[in-house]
Amino acid sequence: MPEAFAYAPAPESRSIVSIRSSYGLFIDGEFVAPTDGRTFKTIDPSTEEVLAEVYEAGPKDVDRAVAAARRAYETTWGSMKPSERGKYLYRIARLVQERSRELAVLESIDNGKPIRESRDIDLPLVAAHFFYYAGWADKLPHAGYGPNPRPIGVAGQGIPWNFPLLMLAWKIAPALATGNTVVLKPAETTPLTALHFAEIVQQAGLPNGVVNIVTGAGETGRSLVTHPDVDKVAFTGSTEVGKEIARSIAGTSKKVTLELGGKAANVVFEDAALDQAVEGIVEGIFFNQGHVCCAGSRLLVQESIVDDLMMRLKRRLETLRVGDPLDKNTDIGAINSFEQLAKIRELSDIGDQEGAERWSPACELPDRGFWFPPTVFTGVSQAHRIAREEIFGPVLSVLTFRTPEEAVEKANNTPYGLSAGVWTEKGSRILWMAQRLRAGVVWANTFNKFDPASPFGGYKESGYGREGGRHGLGGYLDV
Amino acid sequence: MSDSGGRVGVLKTYKLFIGGAFPRSESGRTFEIRDASGAFLANAALASRKDARDAVVAARGAFAKWSGATAYNRGQILYRIAEMLEGRKAQFVEEVVHSEDVKRRAADKIVDAAIDRWVWYAGWSDKLAQALGTSNPVAGPFFDFSVPEPTGVVAVIAPQRSSLLGLVSVVAPVIVSGNTCVVVAAERAPLPAITLTEVLATSDLPGGVVNVLTGSAAEIGPWLASHMDVNAIDLCGVSAEQAADLERAAAENLKRVRRPDEDHTDWFADPGLTRIATFLETKTVWHPIGV
Repeated sequence: MPEAFAYAPAPESRSIVSIRSSYGLFIDGEFVAPTDGRTFKTIDPSTEEVLAEVYEAGPKDVDRAVAAARRAYETTWGSMKPSERGKYLYRIARLVQERSRELAVLESIDNGKPIRESRDIDLPLVAAHFFYYAGWADKLPHAGYGPNPRPIGVAGQGIPWNFPLLMLAWKIAPALATGNTVVLKPAETTPLTALHFAEIVQQAGLPNGVVNIVTGAGETGRSLVTHPDVDKVAFTGSTEVGKEIARSIAGTSKKVTLELGGKAANVVFEDAALDQAVEGIVEGIFFNQGHVCCAGSRLLVQESIVDDLMMRLKRRLETLRVGDPLDKNTDIGAINSFEQLAKIRELSDIGDQEGAERWSPACELPDRGFWFPPTVFTGVSQAHRIAREEIFGPVLSVLTFRTPEEAVEKANNTPYGLSAGVWTEKGSRILWMAQRLRAGVVWANTFNKFDPASPFGGYKESGYGREGGRHGLGGYLDV
Repeated sequence: MSDSGGRVGVLKTYKLFIGGAFPRSESGRTFEIRDASGAFLANAALASRKDARDAVVAARGAFAKWSGATAYNRGQILYRIAEMLEGRKAQFVEEVVHSEDVKRRAADKIVDAAIDRWVWYAGWSDKLAQALGTSNPVAGPFFDFSVPEPTGVVAVIAPQRSSLLGLVSVVAPVIVSGNTCVVVAAERAPLPAITLTEVLATSDLPGGVVNVLTGSAAEIGPWLASHMDVNAIDLCGVSAEQAADLERAAAENLKRVRRPDEDHTDWFADPGLTRIATFLETKTVWHPIGV
């Protein structure tokens, strides 16, 4: 980029958040030390600096948390007047708004995502989600689940590292609105905003035990999901772990909802508004470093416009700024962990080996931390692994099609079915495509939009159940 | 099947129902069906793994057309099933008496309820989207709506005791929304199910929408639960011992699973919407609003 257009650094101040050197588990309304005292460290993926020490909850800790949730369910929360429950959720929404800059900065530090996204997308949606479900608490008889829908009991919830606080909101808000209590396990690499959220739970004066947060890795998650006193399991994460959960609860009476992986097609027809489509493609795959289960990772372009579109797309990608997540000019932040970076590298190398052509804009990556440049593979066939497997990084695979029928066939040719995109100026074609795409969310002439009122979730191996909207209540009611 | 007046009756050969046709089991296997007193009723086809796989192929093949039909059209076809069933009521009463060891009067009520159940579900076809879909008021300039869609191919292990009413009560909610299915009929009492396929075959229901296998649920269940082209499974008539294994197998491609509920289901009661809803996906569509 010419020097005349260079950006001055515009870092958001870190001083708004104070990160403690260590955090306890949040059980029964207070931060406590774990039974066996095992800890792990969480780092800033953009610098690899240690941020804090976090406890790893063992089976006994999970036991305590579930017992606290059960007590709260039976003594306070489950039997509370619904309108009062709702008011607690409204309080949480307001407290999140009050502390949103602090939480956005903390999210960007612990996760690596650009502050522009954590500040303008994640945090506003977190508050909105609590605000939306707060209102449902005393309106459940009107939700279409019968005159007197009942909560399930204790919910065990596991969330991923890509939208740590937003996924927490998606899990906790509907669970609490319907009268359940929760034990939530944040992802191993991004525990901090959940622990700061625990302070908000205290500030809101929520009865002890209604929300419990246990940090840890896969083992902690397994203890939680298989705990005999957990009535409801909600999980967002990989399809592999989702299948393991589905197997582990077989034969029990646990109710489960799973929001898993995806390999979404983003279909661009020749009559599309190309510059808008380019923005949508960028939004689809480079939003949040591509760490998005519904990312538009397979671009399907009508053959007649592929050269024109690729030229425009590459020109646009040259302007993306990769670097410091806290810089307000940054478009693409750090990859969340070394493990994830290794996976992205491995699959991209396989793309090379299988004969696809790799392209990235010229961009300088920082020396420390985990980084991967925005990457586009052309000449990709449906058999290539980069067209079949979820990369969960800033890597786009480009395929072409000639007819609408072929576009549908290729878009649906995946075991996943979470989302899809369609770009065309022809209304009837949008609806024709929307009917045929086997995916839980279809974005037409837009992509990666989220709202608490809008149900989200997958077909096929992208999981089952919906989060958001009236449909999102169903997973937490005994229906 | 009784012989009287010196005339030898013509006995029916009970076969499978796959893709709208009535094949024998490719395995050549059969098993004896007897009534409560132990009297021989018929030899039924003992479906094999190949039959189960053929049935899934037929169901998958029928899915695009059936799910793409208008809701009004699907409703009329379900209603047509009720009409055809009504016309053959006496035959079904007879078979239910033999299959379920009930008195004629009780069998009458069962068949009436089965006919009425088709009528009830027929009416749901073009109301589901209105009862279960939503328009979503998102905080931005977007038109956003959610509609229910069929899950795909559904495997159904039918109730073991309620050979007709129970069967209808698990099949109708699956197909009314556009799913297609492979049904394993009640193991000891499969004859009403096979006779029902003759009704289905003459009701304008496209071949492959409902496929019926007779045989051992314990044997066929695992083949369907682990089949990668089956999207969901209703374990209604599965024994508690086998249910966990089937649910585990179903996790391999994340089938939607409905756990066994035959023991606590009153087939005469209002079914509600939960059976329909189990085999639906919700699709949400966004489009910007602007000039």
